[in-house]
This record gives sequence, structure tokens and C-alpha cells, in this order.
Amino acid sequence: MASSDSGNHAPGAPRRAAAGPLWLRYAAPVAFAPLARRMTPWFFAAAAVLAVAGLYIGFFVAPTDAQQGEVYRVIFIHVPAAWMSMFIYLVMAFWAAVGLAFNTRLSAMMASALAPTGAMFTFLALWTGALWGKPTWGTWWVWDARLTSELILLFLYVGFIALQAAIDDPRRADRAGAVLAIVGVVNVPIIYFSVRWWNTLHQGASVSLTAAPKMAATMLTGMLVMTLACWMYAIGAALWRVRAIIAEREGDAAVEEQSGTERGGRTT
Amino acid sequence: MKPRHKRIAAIGAGVLVLAVGTALVLNAFQSNLVFFYTPTQIANNEAPQGRSFRVGGMVEVGSVRREGVEVRFVVTDTARTVPVVYSGILPDLFREGKGVVAQGQLGPDGVFRAREVLAKHDENYMPPEAAEALAKAHEKGKAAATMPGAAR
Repeated sequence: MASSDSGNHAPGAPRRAAAGPLWLRYAAPVAFAPLARRMTPWFFAAAAVLAVAGLYIGFFVAPTDAQQGEVYRVIFIHVPAAWMSMFIYLVMAFWAAVGLAFNTRLSAMMASALAPTGAMFTFLALWTGALWGKPTWGTWWVWDARLTSELILLFLYVGFIALQAAIDDPRRADRAGAVLAIVGVVNVPIIYFSVRWWNTLHQGASVSLTAAPKMAATMLTGMLVMTLACWMYAIGAALWRVRAIIAEREGDAAVEEQSGTERGGRTT
Repeated sequence: MKPRHKRIAAIGAGVLVLAVGTALVLNAFQSNLVFFYTPTQIANNEAPQGRSFRVGGMVEVGSVRREGVEVRFVVTDTARTVPVVYSGILPDLFREGKGVVAQGQLGPDGVFRAREVLAKHDENYMPPEAAEALAKAHEKGKAAATMPGAAR
């Protein structure tokens, strides 16, 4: 998601990478690192502002729910976290597949950078869901299709991180991780459609692209603002992490000098 | 065909094969993936016999009776019903006319003996005033619907 930025004002762009189409200029990790560093604080700042606004709407403006009372307010964290957990996985698998197909290093690094954020959102969704489940359903956890498939998603993220950490050679780690990430993609539609395909304790979607939202407008606003905040945070965190990965693999010096030496390598 | 085209084709084919395989497996385990059975499924003997399972549906309005520590209520899916007996603490959201999932065993007398009762929340979120207005509108609609019947 991040490297789609065309970045037409980049004083630090290396000379060598400047050749070729504009959108490929930042495909070289050493060229992308300074851009990532410059963009990270803006995304984090946007995340902070949106999160404050979203939580304010969620906790002070949005009305109480007729059925659940105040406990429903967990949706302002739970739903964005659950959406992000699935969406980040798709983005991660996309970058992993691009890395595998085109042998581009930055794509594989983006996949590695996204995994911890995705795992965090998955954990957050499961955890807040459990906190909500106890007072409303009467149980912390049930083995229904939605909850189980989301737990498998957490295992996929953790498995991806562990697999990459277990292999010393970064290129081999990228390839192995990419295969796992791509295989795991089948789980995402299962999570999303589980509530429609099977009887589950988890309720159906309140908000979807195909139907009118089944919730009050202020509640929806709070949830969408929080979702935007999560997006900004996820992008910021991924950029921050990808820069660290580039520095680790390409050497700090290459990144600091912002010079595209011959290490820039093949970027297709 | 360049190597990268081959790799794209291989990834695409791999995902496709995997998706088909998963679909087949999920289809095969369809009956094990349902979290609960509806009263209609139980009436059709689709629920497992002689072992524990879950029944889900709405708590029929006016069916909840408390007899000491025991609670009796009827689970309905508007077509069929299953009487349930349970002794224990009910979740806060257990209400008449709302969703419920009970785990237990079906007795020979056709009464479902629940060991655990969970409330199933629906996907609608609204402030109390809106819920009240909706209920009023519903009552009005019902009254209007029964009017011709009453006139007859």
C-alpha cells in the first residue's frame, strides 16, 4: 500500500534508481527507506488525531444501545481491529506473492513489516471480543466458525513471523514466508463469510458494502473514524518497520547516506 | 514465457487448487461446522441423536416460566418449536423474542435439557429511543394487519 506513493518531490532519491518508470523508482529498498522515514510521522500523527476523534464520538457522543447498554461500545475497537486483521493479511499476502513472482526484495520486506501489525490487530479483535462476549453471550469463548477461523488467522500471522525468524538466509525466509502467507489467504473469506455460511453464535455483519448499515448513524461514524485511525496506524507502523528491515538487511550506512550504490540490485 | 510469468501462473494455480480443496473439505464437514441446530432441523431428525448438541432460535414470547431454580422456555424458529428446561444463571441479554443458543441433550419426552444457555445478539445497534419508536411502529403495523381480519 505504501510504495504506490509516486513521491514526485524526493530530494533524496538516488541517482541510479531514478532511471526507469516513476512508479518503480522506489522499488529499490535503499531508495524507499528515506521516503518511508519521512512519511511515518505523518501517518502516526493522523492516526492519533483520528483515534482521539473516534474514541470521543464512540464514548461520549454515540448513544447507548437499546439491547446491550454500554457494553456495546467495545465495537469501536473490536470491529475496526477485526477488519484490519483480515485486510492486512490480504495486503501482506499480496506483497508476498509479488515478491515471490517478480523476485523483488522490497515487496517481501513489506510483507514481513505488515505481519506484526496484523497479528496485533487479530489479537485485539479476539481479546475485545472475549471481553464483550462474557456480558452479552454469557461466555468468554465458543468454538463457532467465526471465532475459530479468526483464531486460525492469529496462528497464521504468528506462524509467518516464526517461520521467517527461523530461517537465517533472508531471501529463503522471504520465499518460505510467502508460500505460507499465500496458502493462508483461503482463511480470510472463510472468516468473513462464516456468519453467513453456517450457524454461528457471532452475529452477522452490521455494516457491509451490499446492504444498508444496521446501526445508528453516530455509532457508524465513530466506528468508521476509528477504522481510519487503524488504517493510518497500520500504514505508519508498517513503514516504520520496513525501514528498520531495510536498514538491517542493506546495512545502516546504505540507508543513512540515501545513496543508491550498486547494492540496489535487480528490481525488475 | 518468462520465469516470472511461470511463477505467477504457479502461484495462481496453487491458490486455485487450495481454494477448491478447502471448499470440498468445508463442504464435507458442513454438519460439524454448524454451531447450533434450529428447531426445524431437530424436528427433521437432522440433529445428532443421543449426544449433546446446541439448539438455537428465538425465545418464544410469553414462554418463559421460572419454577424454583429451573427455567422453562420455548425456542422457536417461527416454523417449529423446542421446549427447553434449564437450571442456572441466564445471561443478561436473555429476553423473550431475542436470540438464544442452548447446549444440552434432547430427552425422550422431547424436552431439551440445557446445561448452558447463551444469548445470541443480532446485528442491529440502535439507541433506546429508536428501539421504542420501532416497537411502536411494529405494534401499529400489526394492528393494521389484523384489522381486516377483525372486521371479517
